[in-house]
Amino acid sequence: MTAAPTIGRLDWRVATIAEIVAETSTARTLLLDVPGWPGHRAGQHVDVRLTAEDGYQAERSYSIASAPEDQRLALTIERLEDGEVSGHLCGEVRPGDVFELRGPIGGYFVWTVKEGGPLFLVAGGSGVVPLMAMLRHRAAANSRVPARLLYSSRRWADVIYREELAEMSAADPTLQVTHAITREPPANWTGYRRRIDRAMLAEVGWPPAERPRMFVCGPTPLVESAANELVALGHDPSLVKTERFGPTGG
Amino acid sequence: MPPISRGFRGRRPEAASRERLPPGQYETRDFPVLSAGPTPRAPLSKWSFSLRSLDGKTARWSWEEFTTLPKTALETDIHCVTKWSKFGTKWEGVSIDTLLDAARHRGVEASPYTMAVCDGGYTTNVPLADLTGGKGMVAYTFDGAPLDPEHGGPARLLVPHLYFWKSAKWVRELRFMERDEPGFWESAGYHIYGDPWREQRYTGDP
Repeated sequence: MTAAPTIGRLDWRVATIAEIVAETSTARTLLLDVPGWPGHRAGQHVDVRLTAEDGYQAERSYSIASAPEDQRLALTIERLEDGEVSGHLCGEVRPGDVFELRGPIGGYFVWTVKEGGPLFLVAGGSGVVPLMAMLRHRAAANSRVPARLLYSSRRWADVIYREELAEMSAADPTLQVTHAITREPPANWTGYRRRIDRAMLAEVGWPPAERPRMFVCGPTPLVESAANELVALGHDPSLVKTERFGPTGG
Repeated sequence: MPPISRGFRGRRPEAASRERLPPGQYETRDFPVLSAGPTPRAPLSKWSFSLRSLDGKTARWSWEEFTTLPKTALETDIHCVTKWSKFGTKWEGVSIDTLLDAARHRGVEASPYTMAVCDGGYTTNVPLADLTGGKGMVAYTFDGAPLDPEHGGPARLLVPHLYFWKSAKWVRELRFMERDEPGFWESAGYHIYGDPWREQRYTGDP
């Protein structure tokens, strides 16, 4: 278990919202201009700090959605019920608004094309965000490292980046995107309509002998279960990297 | 003065919790799970805990031996570097003071720094002074029940005055070191010491 070093001090920088993209009814992407941004690797995150007029501050962490190659830093934020920071970033803000951020943070849950594959990405809900950064990075670098994404959402309408993922996989035979829709699949849906389980991971993923690099991100129960099942299928635990988040007031 | 985020008011914590919250933290009532890989599940029959000195001398306890050592209880706030804090968590386990005493009788000498080594390959460094004097324990119950594997069971290090990544899950060994050396997250951009009250989250934070 090793992690790549991050060097230097992480200063707070001012981010200006250049553009807002509505992704689903509860998630949006903020495209940011961040002067002095040092660059990042796909899978890393940032800390965001909001300051109220009286000086009160609140901080949260968000995954980076953009590829390192992209012009602008993108954060995709899901509005959590009663979310102090996500409620503001998914509601009040408009282009031209500013907040502070620092990063990039995290040297473990990262993938670069140099590290190769095959790649097996497993996402639940907005856990797709750091995995999308990996797929965007892979596409921007014209990598043909074989990659598979298994992405669980409650409803078809909740699927973040739905069209971009469809376009990406249509244009690239070495990328396969599989959706599992647990509650409200679209009409005539022939795909998975259950939660991610061992059989699904075996069908969609790579055999353990191929030693895929696996990244699992989503709510804790999904990540716990998917990571355990991958190990039970015979995958080397050191190749299974996880990032978990729960709706905890963010 | 940092720039104002237009229209942001925030959800201020009540005065009582504000005093208990280190800078940049918010209170949660859940117990979120964070770890870098799959949850290891070693059977208790194969579990042991060791203290290892610089010269390689080792004091080792099986699960049975470990759980008959004198038990300490602690109620404490915990602070995760991902910003959540949880108040009044209740733990039981064996204090590092107790373990050091027992190890000394077996010829295991302490050194000023330790590396916690865990199932799954995770490591984290903690100065010995932050573990002694009642400040640290190896905990195996939470809220009166055996510690869940997701939360580090069967046993985890508990050093609640530092960010919670220092309270290493699935801990199996404390290895003494002459000098402070970074563990897993400390090598990946996180602070070498990790005091939440000084907001020492990342490398280079003062």
